[in-house]
Amino acid sequence: MAGPEFEVPTLTEYTDVPKIKPGAMAHVKSFVAPQGPQDFLGYPFKLGEDWKERAIDKMGDLLGKYRSLRVFMDACVHCGACTDKCHYFLGTADPNNMPVARQELMRKVYRRYFTLPGKIAPWLVGAADLTEDVLNQWYNYYHQCSECRRCSVYCPYGIDTAEVTMAGREILNHVGMGQKYSNEILVKVQKIGNNLGLPGPALEDTLLGLEEDMEADTGVPVKMPLDVAGAEILLVTPSADFFSEPHVDSLIGYAKVFHAAGASWTLSSKASEAGNFGLFSGNYETMRKVAMRIRDAALELGVKRIIVGECGHAWRVAYSFWNTLTGIGFDGKDPFSIELQQQLDPRYPQPMHICEYTWDLIQKGVLKFDKSLNDDRVITYHDSCNVSRGSRMGDEPGGQFEIPRNIIKAVANNFHDMAGETIREGTFCCGGGGGLLTDDLIEVRVKGALPRMNAYNNVVQKDKVNFLALICAICKAQFTKVLPYYGFDRGSVGGVHQLVSTAIKLD
Amino acid sequence: MTSLTLFYIGLYYFAALVLIGGLAYRIVEYSRTPAPLKIPTTPAPTTHLGVAARMAREVVLFESLFKSNKWIWVFGWLFHVGLALVLARHVRYFQEPVWFWVEFVQPFGKYASFMMLAGLAGLWARRFLVDRVRYISTPSDHLMLALLIAIGLTGVVMSFVSHTDIIALKAFALGLMTFDWQPLPADGPLLAHLFLVALLMIIFPVSKLLHAPGIFFSPTRNQADNPRETRHIAPWAAALERDNG
Repeated sequence: MAGPEFEVPTLTEYTDVPKIKPGAMAHVKSFVAPQGPQDFLGYPFKLGEDWKERAIDKMGDLLGKYRSLRVFMDACVHCGACTDKCHYFLGTADPNNMPVARQELMRKVYRRYFTLPGKIAPWLVGAADLTEDVLNQWYNYYHQCSECRRCSVYCPYGIDTAEVTMAGREILNHVGMGQKYSNEILVKVQKIGNNLGLPGPALEDTLLGLEEDMEADTGVPVKMPLDVAGAEILLVTPSADFFSEPHVDSLIGYAKVFHAAGASWTLSSKASEAGNFGLFSGNYETMRKVAMRIRDAALELGVKRIIVGECGHAWRVAYSFWNTLTGIGFDGKDPFSIELQQQLDPRYPQPMHICEYTWDLIQKGVLKFDKSLNDDRVITYHDSCNVSRGSRMGDEPGGQFEIPRNIIKAVANNFHDMAGETIREGTFCCGGGGGLLTDDLIEVRVKGALPRMNAYNNVVQKDKVNFLALICAICKAQFTKVLPYYGFDRGSVGGVHQLVSTAIKLD
Repeated sequence: MTSLTLFYIGLYYFAALVLIGGLAYRIVEYSRTPAPLKIPTTPAPTTHLGVAARMAREVVLFESLFKSNKWIWVFGWLFHVGLALVLARHVRYFQEPVWFWVEFVQPFGKYASFMMLAGLAGLWARRFLVDRVRYISTPSDHLMLALLIAIGLTGVVMSFVSHTDIIALKAFALGLMTFDWQPLPADGPLLAHLFLVALLMIIFPVSKLLHAPGIFFSPTRNQADNPRETRHIAPWAAALERDNG
């Protein structure tokens, strides 16, 4: 492997706030989407004559449709509270990666075209014309944001840069500057059914192979049913779980849990993807179309429960948005919602996270473990951003932090948390979320991982930690790639259900 | 009635109109813009009562800012609480008789002006001393602080150095409210103070001072975390659903 063409940051005990280096990451530009995916998604693929009008029109449209954007454009006072909160700023020192500065890229245009002072005296209030340079800055820096929402925790007005980044990407799409990586995935999931583009027969083969492996390993015929009409539970999981390491070990974990619980469950070839990249570009209709596959599969298979596998942004979309987008949930009074609600079992939350399901079974004493089988592992837990700051598990706020940790402690003996300010609601992004998990952004990904790597390194040194457990497909892929840059073993990442899988007793 | 008095009468009616009209316009605009998705920053309260408590902590204690940065929190909180006390003290110029709590707050309000100025000075110093904050500061950020400090200083001068004719001022203020106009004392500090306050009122609805109404409309703070139990849908999204099934 050729060495990186950039300097990998050095690990330190604390993540120091760097002195700003303007332009430090201005050279990083994710590949722009070609005609194919742009056509499919209904966007142009290059700047037309009227790109500026299109951009301003779209901004006006979004300002009218999203209260978040409307309020966030006005409310910022430039207090500076967010300036040292973004992992990309901490890792790159580029001031445009400070949340407020990232927002200002849009806010200065908003002021120029939508506010009185910006129209009269742009120099006074920091307003600026929308030029091609500004548009290019948007492209570069709205693809150096993982939409992790850490800044929104610390903003006195709750301004969430993710909302601004989404709006920025949506406007960019509308003028013909989509991102290749995310938009190609949005095509694959809609044409084939999942982000990896695996056709149904390949999925079936894989599942059969996994069943054989599990039986060889355990001597127990653990099944991975596909498209079983009338099953009680539909499991929707990120497609990486079918083909990537270490993701597949968690899939095996879920299957073992279902087996041990005697549950009737199925996967769906139609809804063979929990991930929803529609979130990342913030296009409501696209996000809805991608989410509708799950509703359709649930209706076709007649399932009573919908459970979501280990995937951060998928869980945010499922937990927070599915009820809105697709009626998966309760309390809908319209025929669209009622159709599905009549089918779903009201005794359980819909949708349910696989960790909620497993923890519930553990509490009921249904699952039995030999914790010593995990004794070679000293485990820490990485809170994934979308789970932590955009969703919940269980009945209490903060259940998304407790339930995965409770499961780990129930199946393993050695657990140590990382430093308090780097976990739970203050958790640092892995560096690869929000549509940045692509090789053309490797510099951003490696540098953005710095705060997490520092915190991880501390528990590696102090507590001899050798396993980074988490519940997000993107985090798993990102860490597998990035850990070696910092001198760690790429195999030290894995899912919570990989630990469950190791320790669970089957009969 | 001097032309000076007439100018200030006109100025204050205009400023009040802009402030009230402008803020009302903004508030209507914010409340009419739908929030199509559930986006509270979690962990978030699951009930509306819990949301009210979270909002109260944000508005009164600046909870998120406290988590973020203790220096900004100290300066910001000193300024806002100082300002609140000073404003409370000013209520007496607009009523006769004066309410008990307004009487009670007088001595605190008098010294709170120093709290307010200390907070503003700290916030301004950060705009020069912290490279990250310097980078994001616009000319209007500096001018806003200069304006607030000038208002504070002219007020302090009248409280502690050169008193104005407070009886006449109160008559002027009450006259504005009852349309029974009275002459304004022509003291330098008072005229400067009143002019700057009117300026602040006028720029309020078109500036970052909109953070005051804005926070109450911030979806990350004002939404309850109950998306599985409650179906939340914006009118334009519901229309989309009807069209596309």
